[in-house]
Order: sequence, then structure tokens, then C-alpha cells
Amino acid sequence: MGRQLLINDLDKEGIATLAGYKANGGYAALEKALKMKPEEVVSEVQKSGLRGRGGAGFPTGLKWSFIAKPPGVPRYLVCNADESEPGTFKDRYLMQRKPHILIEGMIISSFALGANTSYIYIRGEMMYQFHILEKAIQEAYDAGYLGKNILGTGYDLNLYVHCGAGAYICGEETGLIESLEGKRGNPRIKPPFPAVKGVWQCPTVVNNVETLAAVVPIIDMTGDEYAKIGVGKSTGTKLISASGHINKPGVYEIELGVPVEEFIYSDAYCGGIKNGKKMKAVVAGGSSVPILPTELILKTAKGEPRLMSYESLNHGGFITGTMLGSGGFIVMDEDTSVVKNLWNFTRFYHHESCGQCSPCREGTGWMEKILHKFLDGHATVKDIDLLWDIQSKIDSRTICPLGEAAAWPVASTIRHFRSEFEEYINKGESFKDVKHYFRVNNLQPA
Amino acid sequence: MAKVTIDGQTIEVPEGTSILNAARMIGGEIVPPAMCYYTSLETSGGYCRTCMVKVVKGSEKDPRPMPKLVASCRQPVMDGMEVQNITSPEVIEARAGVVEFLLMNHPLDCPICDQAGECNLQDLGYEHGKDGTRYEFERREFEKKDIGDKIQLHMTRCILCYRCVKVADQLCPSRVHGVMNRGDVSEISTYIEKAIDNEMSGNMIDVCPVGALTDKTFRFKSRVWFTKPVEAHRNCTKCSGNVRLWFKGADVLRVTGRKDEWGEVKEFICNECRYDKKSVSDWVIEQPTHVDRHSVISQNHYENLKQMKLDTQRIKAKLPEKKTNGNTK
Ligand SMILES: Cc1cc2nc3c(=O)[nH]c(=O)nc-3n(C[C@H](O)[C@H](O)[C@H](O)COP(=O)(O)O)c2cc1C
Ligand code: SF4
Ligand code: SF4
Ligand code: SF4
Ligand code: FES
Repeated sequence: MGRQLLINDLDKEGIATLAGYKANGGYAALEKALKMKPEEVVSEVQKSGLRGRGGAGFPTGLKWSFIAKPPGVPRYLVCNADESEPGTFKDRYLMQRKPHILIEGMIISSFALGANTSYIYIRGEMMYQFHILEKAIQEAYDAGYLGKNILGTGYDLNLYVHCGAGAYICGEETGLIESLEGKRGNPRIKPPFPAVKGVWQCPTVVNNVETLAAVVPIIDMTGDEYAKIGVGKSTGTKLISASGHINKPGVYEIELGVPVEEFIYSDAYCGGIKNGKKMKAVVAGGSSVPILPTELILKTAKGEPRLMSYESLNHGGFITGTMLGSGGFIVMDEDTSVVKNLWNFTRFYHHESCGQCSPCREGTGWMEKILHKFLDGHATVKDIDLLWDIQSKIDSRTICPLGEAAAWPVASTIRHFRSEFEEYINKGESFKDVKHYFRVNNLQPA
Repeated sequence: MAKVTIDGQTIEVPEGTSILNAARMIGGEIVPPAMCYYTSLETSGGYCRTCMVKVVKGSEKDPRPMPKLVASCRQPVMDGMEVQNITSPEVIEARAGVVEFLLMNHPLDCPICDQAGECNLQDLGYEHGKDGTRYEFERREFEKKDIGDKIQLHMTRCILCYRCVKVADQLCPSRVHGVMNRGDVSEISTYIEKAIDNEMSGNMIDVCPVGALTDKTFRFKSRVWFTKPVEAHRNCTKCSGNVRLWFKGADVLRVTGRKDEWGEVKEFICNECRYDKKSVSDWVIEQPTHVDRHSVISQNHYENLKQMKLDTQRIKAKLPEKKTNGNTK
């Protein structure tokens, strides 16, 4: 197992409290950062090579450097804690177990960006973590880490936790901003980007929980040291939410660059496939990213071992590759029906589309209905082509990336598992009781 | 100024102009269809995706093409930008896809729809759609609802263009109208069934591109193409008083704002002019409407009808000459 910078010390007593966190070196990075100039903090983050952990992997330092600084206009930092991507549960874990690392990271980042008000936008279902954060924030206020004149430096910051109301789309950064402002969470049409016009039309940076937490070790150890961890442009550590048919599901912190094969089969991580079964497919970065069959997830099309890094997982583009995404790593064994899994994902996107733009509003429901036809044993070969055509007419044609997120699983499942669709067609109704991978959840069937 | 080339035609437009508006300045076939953008409503556009175009050259400074098709109604031009609309097979295919999505759950009950004849969706389907649909499932339906006592909402026909929401936001003093629910069960609604009663609410009818919001005082009175549009004005304290009257014989069946060639009302009108002034003597008649949008109406060639002019003269002759009361235009 490699180094752990975020979920280390979880076994230490009281790590969720300010006292326990401090006793294990917490808030040292904040004291260090407040002695630096804001630009120097930004520059450390740039040097660290840190990339957004929310899904897109955009370089964080670069994003921060884009923030507009018109005089007299406030700036905001918003932490995206809406974590709703199927297969992803790392932010929740971190906030629950070590809330102060997020708060410390947010204070440092707010200082770097010149924000005096910052928000944590937390998913509505996470009330437990919401209360943990509220308590931790109060502790931070009491200790003088938040509020006016933080640690006597003259820097002021107020930090609020705001609860969502249970919509995946409010994790999209502009939908989140609308929701934070008290409106319907419809994603905005860009440009303008949040860095220019975000919360209340003021310059805003939106970052994922894990991204902001990673700022703490970066300041602690310096950006250059952080950049030494990992491979190439995938620096540092990453939280992976591992689930599915593995022996040891859970949240793992890996050094980027661990071979996928090691991650799945080593006892340090997932511990291999459950019940001695063979692996069939992996969704490597949350439900939105392309699914890959075993051959392609373990090795690239060129035959090189695939690594847990932004570049390696993306090797081969979407034809033979996928994405690291949010790190939601879903493993499926040989008994899994990828068609049923796809139906379940598609049902999710249909349910979560905000409905603003026609391709996503109408297309997601259409694809779900067609997939249902497969499960019922009534589909024909034409339906495969139709699915393909519909996803291609949603992909890249929408206001926000939810359209793509709905299209990519469909495209990749057809691309890599076409024969399984045909099996459903050929076997018809007799194929109904095939083993499947999906959990019945609170989504109502349409 | 910025120089932009759309389907090979170049024009200079002020910085910040959208691709769509630049195309409208050029005019003709290269103008993308727009179902949700509405010039006079801020933040409109971007929703329907019918106006998507391909930017093959970003600008003089940064000539890289844009990776995705863009909504021309929301994308500002840059100096040196090159755009493909009808010259790009990708755009035409994407647009046909959007039309299919828009029609997928649409009832297409044109024969009993008051909008028929002036419906943007009919025109769009006709010009950019493909024959038939591949959608084989049950279509979505909603109950009809009243939005106040003058407007009927037929949500089943709505394409969620958000124009009426912008009217409620921007023209009406207190907003009680918006979208409820999400995804394909989103619904235009007045919050908790509150009736809309304020002076400008009737404009929702005019901005609605389809037959989802219709004028209850006109419902089923006549097919649009049997009525004749005439420009008229009156002295109104609440709005410009510049309207379009829709005649059948000598009766005013309907009063609307004046739509331009892009189907947009430039001057919104108040509810008094719209609903309460339906006698010819309320109005100063100007001239028959010049219809240049190629809709079902213009295909009936009203504009060339000498009859039209005769009708107008007849209507005017019947009326006592009205004083203009300083109401210029
Ligand atoms: C539909 C949708 C849902 C998203 N949900 C989340 C989320 O729950 N958490 C998150 O951090 N980012 C989410 N994102 C990505 C955000 O839009 C944004 O890119 C991210 O918060 C930026 O932070 P980062 O640069 O630190 O990754 C979502 C994006 C989309 C399109
Ligand atoms: S892509 Fe889907 S979720 Fe995103 S804005 Fe459009 S309709 Fe809403
Ligand atoms: S809204 Fe247009 S397309 Fe729809 S039924 Fe009415 S006339 Fe026909
Ligand atoms: S009711 Fe009409 S104007 Fe309102 S969103 Fe629907 S189609 Fe658009
Ligand atoms: S008119 Fe541009 S997206 Fe609707």
C-alpha cells in the first residue's frame, strides 16, 4: 500500500474532532499558509499538479488562476459535496471520518482565492454528515480558525454548509450554484463560466471535497513534493470507491499509477473477485464513464498494463479506453448482465435529467424504454442501432455534461458487449431471469 | 466590429452579437431555426438545441474549431469566426435529431389545435424533420389547466422552451409561474395553482412557439388561416398600444402583439388591449400585415391578396375617422 495523505490516521482517537485532528498535525498547514501570500499558495497548488477529483480532472491550480478579480466584487469558494454519481462514495466517507481536513483545506483555498465567504454544498441525503460538518465548523469558529481576523492575520472567512434537496443535477457546478442561490437547480448555459460569474454573479471557484482536502497535504509537504507522488500528470493520491463483486469493497486511497490489476486482485485493495468468479467488466470512474471488458481494463489496446491514472485509463480514447472520473470503481463478475446494468444506469439518468434541453430530456427516457424492451425479451436488432443513434444525438448536444454521462454508458456497452444485446434478442422472453447487477433503490420505475 | 462568415456569407456585426442574430442579419436559408430564443427576453435560448451550428474556425486569433456543435442563439461571434449551418451535414443530422426529440412526445393534434397555422413546431417539423417517428411507446400526457381566466395551458403540447417563464420573470411584477418537476415530466405551472392576474401575463401566449398556451377568448373561434391580420393601434396607458388584429369578416376575433419575421413580438402588449378591446371602434387601423415568415399563412398568399386591402378599406370605411390623440405611429 502506498502513502495515504487524506484518510490516514482514521484509527486515531477523536480524529473527527478538532482536538483529535490537531493532535495529529491538523491545522498546521493552515498556520503555514496564512504566513504565505495568497499567490504563493496558488503557486504551490499549481506546482503540485493537483487535478480536480470531482470527475473532469481539470488542473486545480489553473482553475484558480482563472478566477476574475474585479475590484470591489466579492469572490466565493464553493465545495461540491453533492456526491451522487452512482458508484462514488468517497467524499461522504472523508467528511464523516475527518471533517476538519475539508474545513482546513477550504480555509486555505479561500485564503488563496481571496474569498471571505465560502460554502459547502452537501447532498440532501447526507444529513448525518451535514451535522458532523456543522459541529466541526462550530469547533473551528471557536478555535479562531474561522470568523473575523483568523489567527490574528486580519483574514476573515465565514463558512456555511448548505443542504441540497436530492437532485444529482445539483452536483453539476452551475446547477449547484443556482440551487445554492435558492433557485431550481438548472445548469446554466456557459459562457460565462463560474470563474467570471458564479454565485450571485460574482467570481466563484467550485471544487470537489477531495480536491480541497488535498490542498492540506500539498501545503504541508510543498507542491513539489506532492508532485513526486503518482505518475506523469497524475500526481498525488486519489480516493477510490470500490464496489461490486469484489472481496473487499470500500474506500481506498491509492497513489495514482497503481496497476489496475494490482488494485483489483491485491489484498491491499479489493482483494480479488468474490466467490472465485471471473471478472467480466469494470466501470472505472463512476457510472458516467465508459464500461470496459476485462481485457481492456487490465491492459490497454497496445497490450501495456493499465494503471490507475488519468492518462492510462484514458489510453485509446473511448474506443478502447475510459476515464478515471470520480473514482467510482464498479467491478462486475462473469454472471453480471451488462445490459441490465445499463438499463439501471440509464434509468438513473432519465430520472435525474433536469429537463432543460430537448436531447437529454427526451432521449434519456427513450433509451430507458428501449432497454426495458431488451429485458422483457421483446427487442429486435433494430433496437440496438436505434439506441446507438439516440445516444449519438444526445452526446455533445446538451447544456451540461449529464447528456454525455447518459450517452457514454450506452455507447460503450454496445461497443464492447454487442453480443449480449443480441443474446437478449435471440433468447427472447426465456432470458428474463438472467443474473443481474443492480440494486433496487428508491427510483420509481417510469 | 467582428467579421463572421456563415455558410460562406460574410458580414460585419457588433462585438457580442450572437451567431443567430448575425445569421438573421444576413437572412435567407442560412438562418438557424430558433424555438426557445427570444430577443426581448433576457437569458432566453440554449434550451431547445434546434439552432445548433458548427464553428469550424473559432476566430482570427484562435482559429481552432469548436469541439462541439454550439447553440447559435447563445454563442457570441468572434472576429474571423467561420460557421457552418446548412452546409454542415453534421448540423443537419443533429437538427433532425432534435426535431425527433421534440416531436417524440408531442400529441400532434394540429387539427384541433389553435396554434395550427402559426406554429413554430409545425414549421420546424416540416422543414427540418424526417418522415415518421421511431418512437413506439406511449406518449406523455397532461391534464389541461387554466392559468388565470384568460389563458389555457395544454401542457401536453409544451416543448419547455422556457419563454413563458421568462415573461413571468421579466414582465410580470410578481412571479407565480414557473417549471415544476424535472426531466421529461417537467411541467409549466403556476405555483400551487395560483391564477396569474397581472397586466402583462397575456404575452405568454404570444411567446409560446406552440399551442401550449392559448387565448381562451379565441379558443376554437376560427382556424388562424381564415382570419386576416391587420396592424392597428390605440392610445394605451399600459403598453405601446401597437397590436395586430385578427379579423374574420368584420369581427375582431383576436388581438396579439406584432410578430416580426422571426416570430418574435417586439413590443409586448397589455391584457386590456389583448382581451378587452375586441370591437373595431377601439382601434386605429393602419394596414394589412406584411407576412414574410413562410408559414402556412403565407403559403396561402394573404399578402398578395388584393382582397385583403379591400377588406381593410371596407373596415376603415365603416368606422368613423378616429383621432390619433397624439399617439404617433
Ligand atoms: C451531472 C453532473 C453531476 C456532477 N456531480 C458532481 C458531484 O457530485 N461532486 C463533484 O465534486 N463534482 C460533480 N460534478 C462535476 C462538477 O460539475 C465540477 O466539475 C466539479 O465539482 C469541479 O470540481 P473539481 O475541479 O475539484 O473536480 C458533476 C458534473 C455533472 C455534469
Ligand atoms: S443535459 Fe440534461 S441535465 Fe444537463 S441541462 Fe440538459 S436536460 Fe438538464
Ligand atoms: S402545437 Fe403545433 S405541432 Fe403541436 S398540435 Fe398544435 S399546431 Fe400541431
Ligand atoms: S408553455 Fe409554451 S412558452 Fe411556455 S415553455 Fe411551454 S412551449 Fe414554451
Ligand atoms: S433557439 Fe437556440 S437553443 Fe433554442
